[in-house]
Amino acid sequence: MKLIWRYVRPYGKFVLLVMLIKLMGTGTELLIPYALEHLLDHVIPAAGNAWPVAAWGGIMLGLTLITRVLNVTANRMSVRVARDAAFAVRRDLFHTALNLSGRQMDRVGLPSLISRMTSDTYNVQSFVRMIQTMGIRAPIMLVGGIAITLTMDTGLAAILCVMAPVMTALVVFVSWKGIPLFNEVQRRMDTLVRLMRESITGIRVVKALSKEDYEERRYGEANGRMARQEIKANVVMSLPGPIVTLFLNVGLTLVVLVGARRVNDGFTAPGVILAFLTYFNMILMGVMGLNRIFMMMSKANASANRIAEAVDMPEELTPLPEDRLAPAPGDGALIFDHVTFNYDADSPQEARGQFLGEQRQQCLKDISFRVPRGGSLGIIGATGSGKTSIVNLLMRFYDPQEGHVFVDGRDVRAYHRDELHRKFGVVFQNDVIFADTIRENVSFGREIGDGMLERAAQDAMARDFIEEYEDAYDHRAAIRGANFSGGQKQRLLIARALAAKPEILILDDASSALDYRTDAALRRAIREHHADATTVVIAQRVSSILAMDEILVLHEGAMIGRGTHEALLASCPEYREIYRTQMSEEVE
Amino acid sequence: MARRDTVMKKPKDARGTLRRLLAYLGPWKYVIFGVLVLSLCSNLLNLWGPSLAGSAIREAAAGPGKVNFDAVWHYAGLMLICYAGSALLGFGISLTMTFVSRQMARRLRQDVFDKLMRLPVGYFDRHQAGDIISRVSYDIDVISTCMATDVVQILSSLVTVVGSLAMMVSISLPLSALTLVTVPVAVTYTVYMRKKTQPRYARRSRSYGVMNGFVEEMLSGQKTILAYAYENRVDERFREINLDAADAFSDAEHYGVTIGPTMSAINNLGLSLIGLLGGIMYLNGAIDLGRISSFVLYSRKFAGPINAIAEIFNELFSALAASERVFTLLDEEEEAADAPDAQAIADVRGRVDAEHVVFGYEMGKTILHDLNLQAEAGKLIAIVGPTGAGKTTIINLLMRFYDPDSGVIRIDGRDIRTAVRRSVRGAYAMVLQDTWVFHGTIYENIAYGKENATMDEVVAAAKAARIHPFIMRLPLGYDTVISEDGGNISKGQKQLLTIARAMLYDAPMLILDEATSNVDTATEREIQKAMRELMKQKTCFVIAHRLSTIENADLILVLRDGDVVEQGTHRELMDKKGFYHQLYAAQFE
Repeated sequence: MKLIWRYVRPYGKFVLLVMLIKLMGTGTELLIPYALEHLLDHVIPAAGNAWPVAAWGGIMLGLTLITRVLNVTANRMSVRVARDAAFAVRRDLFHTALNLSGRQMDRVGLPSLISRMTSDTYNVQSFVRMIQTMGIRAPIMLVGGIAITLTMDTGLAAILCVMAPVMTALVVFVSWKGIPLFNEVQRRMDTLVRLMRESITGIRVVKALSKEDYEERRYGEANGRMARQEIKANVVMSLPGPIVTLFLNVGLTLVVLVGARRVNDGFTAPGVILAFLTYFNMILMGVMGLNRIFMMMSKANASANRIAEAVDMPEELTPLPEDRLAPAPGDGALIFDHVTFNYDADSPQEARGQFLGEQRQQCLKDISFRVPRGGSLGIIGATGSGKTSIVNLLMRFYDPQEGHVFVDGRDVRAYHRDELHRKFGVVFQNDVIFADTIRENVSFGREIGDGMLERAAQDAMARDFIEEYEDAYDHRAAIRGANFSGGQKQRLLIARALAAKPEILILDDASSALDYRTDAALRRAIREHHADATTVVIAQRVSSILAMDEILVLHEGAMIGRGTHEALLASCPEYREIYRTQMSEEVE
Repeated sequence: MARRDTVMKKPKDARGTLRRLLAYLGPWKYVIFGVLVLSLCSNLLNLWGPSLAGSAIREAAAGPGKVNFDAVWHYAGLMLICYAGSALLGFGISLTMTFVSRQMARRLRQDVFDKLMRLPVGYFDRHQAGDIISRVSYDIDVISTCMATDVVQILSSLVTVVGSLAMMVSISLPLSALTLVTVPVAVTYTVYMRKKTQPRYARRSRSYGVMNGFVEEMLSGQKTILAYAYENRVDERFREINLDAADAFSDAEHYGVTIGPTMSAINNLGLSLIGLLGGIMYLNGAIDLGRISSFVLYSRKFAGPINAIAEIFNELFSALAASERVFTLLDEEEEAADAPDAQAIADVRGRVDAEHVVFGYEMGKTILHDLNLQAEAGKLIAIVGPTGAGKTTIINLLMRFYDPDSGVIRIDGRDIRTAVRRSVRGAYAMVLQDTWVFHGTIYENIAYGKENATMDEVVAAAKAARIHPFIMRLPLGYDTVISEDGGNISKGQKQLLTIARAMLYDAPMLILDEATSNVDTATEREIQKAMRELMKQKTCFVIAHRLSTIENADLILVLRDGDVVEQGTHRELMDKKGFYHQLYAAQFE
């Protein structure tokens, strides 16, 4: 609720105006039947000719028109508020989501972020839209009804005054109880979103293994759970309506009984009871309206809380003041100084055991290395030995638990994030091609002219296949780059990394889908045209890293060898073994 | 069900969409009929209650000291029963409708998902996952919210409308005629507004879909975006999409929100005309005041539900637009159904032939020009060639993810298009370069291909894939939950898991598409030992860049620009000193 308030407050005055207009609209609307009654009861019997009748008819017509204009205006204004508030919510939510740290992203999960971004914001948006106009009518009817009955017969109205708080309490209580129920509905929506995403991204595997039926069942179960929860929440929400009506009607019966007694005792007139009934109806409508508002509110509240949870995530990995950080222990483009790291070490208790990362104890243990400017570093090691974690720390997607990482002589924590990242050109192991033109995929928002674009494509061995397309660089990639082969995708990614002539080039298993010939040509191009870039290459193939100035051999997070190819062949038995197996395979 | 949907023509008109939507309520038609009866009863009770109150008051009207309390108590008692009954009915109705509408939503969601499972894989290259998800998370929600309250409200109000109209006609025909004048006005207005709002609501649904697609795509690539300091640009692009969604919303609602007030204005117009004409008629002595009064009473009863319906129309229109999007998805062309006489391939010996296969993903862009290959049963077939030569395309055709434009592929001499598609796919175990794991335990991920796999089998497969020691280091072992988006399991480890999955699947043939490209060589070598064991007696198709891994292949197909340019054993090809020799030599440059 706080979140909704936060986003509506900027329009506070405007909302007040909306409500005022709606108030007037409701007022004129209530006048119409009154005018008709007046026309029938007083004007017509007294009228000698048609003129007064016509005049009153005209008044009613006028009221009708004014009512429409006022209500339409109020509604349209409320749409504007809802539009702007939802726009702002989505803007902030997307912005936060985009800037979450790796740790936060692992914790919330992508499917949940997507459903917060969509179905939760829709819930909030429609609530904001409805509350401004519906929030007027119901209270007016309620308060107006009670006020009129009070003036008519205080004794009878007392019955109402006892019941109104009880009913209000009931409505508020149930709607408050509803929040966790709707929260659960949304959580189950997260699950549906996740299952759909999984089946869509894995569709080839699903089909290859003929698991369509299984996936349908798996989704079906979650879908059933979702429906059950929706029913549960909505059933609870539909409880107060009939109960409140019943209460009010019991009150009405009491009025009749007590009224009869009071008539008998001469305190009141039968006409008053009759009029009471009419206004009772009005009060009933008011209470029902309020009830609807509260029920909507509990759904919107659950969604708003979920949005707030994401929007209000503290910004992590913010720059630290330089003077509080230790200076670099020496010169060099990249320095790891006794770095120890594991994923999710300080995640909250409930997230523990959820993901694998946290349980991979110590991803990196006491790693130190230094790469001079323009130098090159190769990293090799068994699957899961922590190679990718080094990239994650270099680019500060995570902070290490111990030790320091320096880029260009400064602690990475001292950099503003973009300032740090602009130094890099990187291809991740699981990198993505976006559904956009090749040009946009390569230049990626940077100022990159056609010449640079072509050169990058050339160096990445991508130019030939790109220029085979009629529309060349304007050729569009399909979703997830599905219209390119694995090797073509990797070449585009490498072109992206090379395009801005980065100070530091990082290739994490970036050429695994390239044939040797292309891979070799790529290495040559990088050597020749990007000689002054500091290069880090992570690879499985020795041939990819063999020419590097220094090679790091990792094993289960620990560094078991460091040196040039020749030095490692002499000093590191594991490296020798890797080399021997690969080369014997290839030369045999 | 799904089949019939494809046959059905795309609904262009709202009426068709509405009919189809109502058809979704089919399974509950008796329930809904019951609800209608209940709401009729509830309406009657609601009418009866006030008249009982009136009777009680008449008893009280006798004046001070003369009130007949027995009668008052009698009526009050009846009132209580009446209201309790009405409350009970009301609760029952809303309970049932909640149930029905949510179950209907569940069915729609399920049909969408089931449909997804039957679409050709290419569909997902053209449609953003986020957009598809939006149909389930937004559009279906709009539909079910509308169905929950509106359908019953409309139908049950009809009772009141018809009833009061009858009463009005019996009181005064001219006045009724006047009231009815407003009906065509209302109808014309509704038709007009539908034309105005329908495309706008459709645009809103579309915009939300686009927005959702964008969000999904960008957040999936979040790390890359941050790495290139692209986030501000993405924010800007989102701003446009967000703005478009906001505009689509306000543009649609701008019209939508006028419907309610306008409809009640039309009703009030009717009231004013009644007052006016009634007055004139009274002056002319055509009607007496009492009858005008009761006419007005009924005309208000008549107007009430019509007002309510008018409010609902707005929701109904947006639900129609939303359901059109859902139905468009449900009408997408599925993978061609198996021929009626298709048979399952059983006891696969493993001979695979391709004859004059021509194929391209898009019209006019042929990838494979004239592919011929003969794979003897139990042999190891390697497919090599530069990136982009069409290697993965061959796999797509073998698996029947796509069918060739012309030419035939046979398994054991049988055209695979005459075979049940599932049995074709079931004949292969496949490991792809693009790994895929889902949110679930490691056990579930490995056992995915084989239902009811025992723990021992899963462990054996994990051992063969050399991932067992890693799994055992985890505190929860095979019960550890992993996730595609969890991010903290390395790509190589995922690849090992998928290899274990394929090993457990144990199909008569094997496809390995760069299966170990992210695995370190030592592990790869060990896996290969296990793999060789697995591959014994099986036809295997292997795509690899590390040519050393395929030197012992029985047949090497050298692919270049979609054509097999050379084929033979490693020895033969090396002796030939052709393209293969060049590729091979390039490894050692």
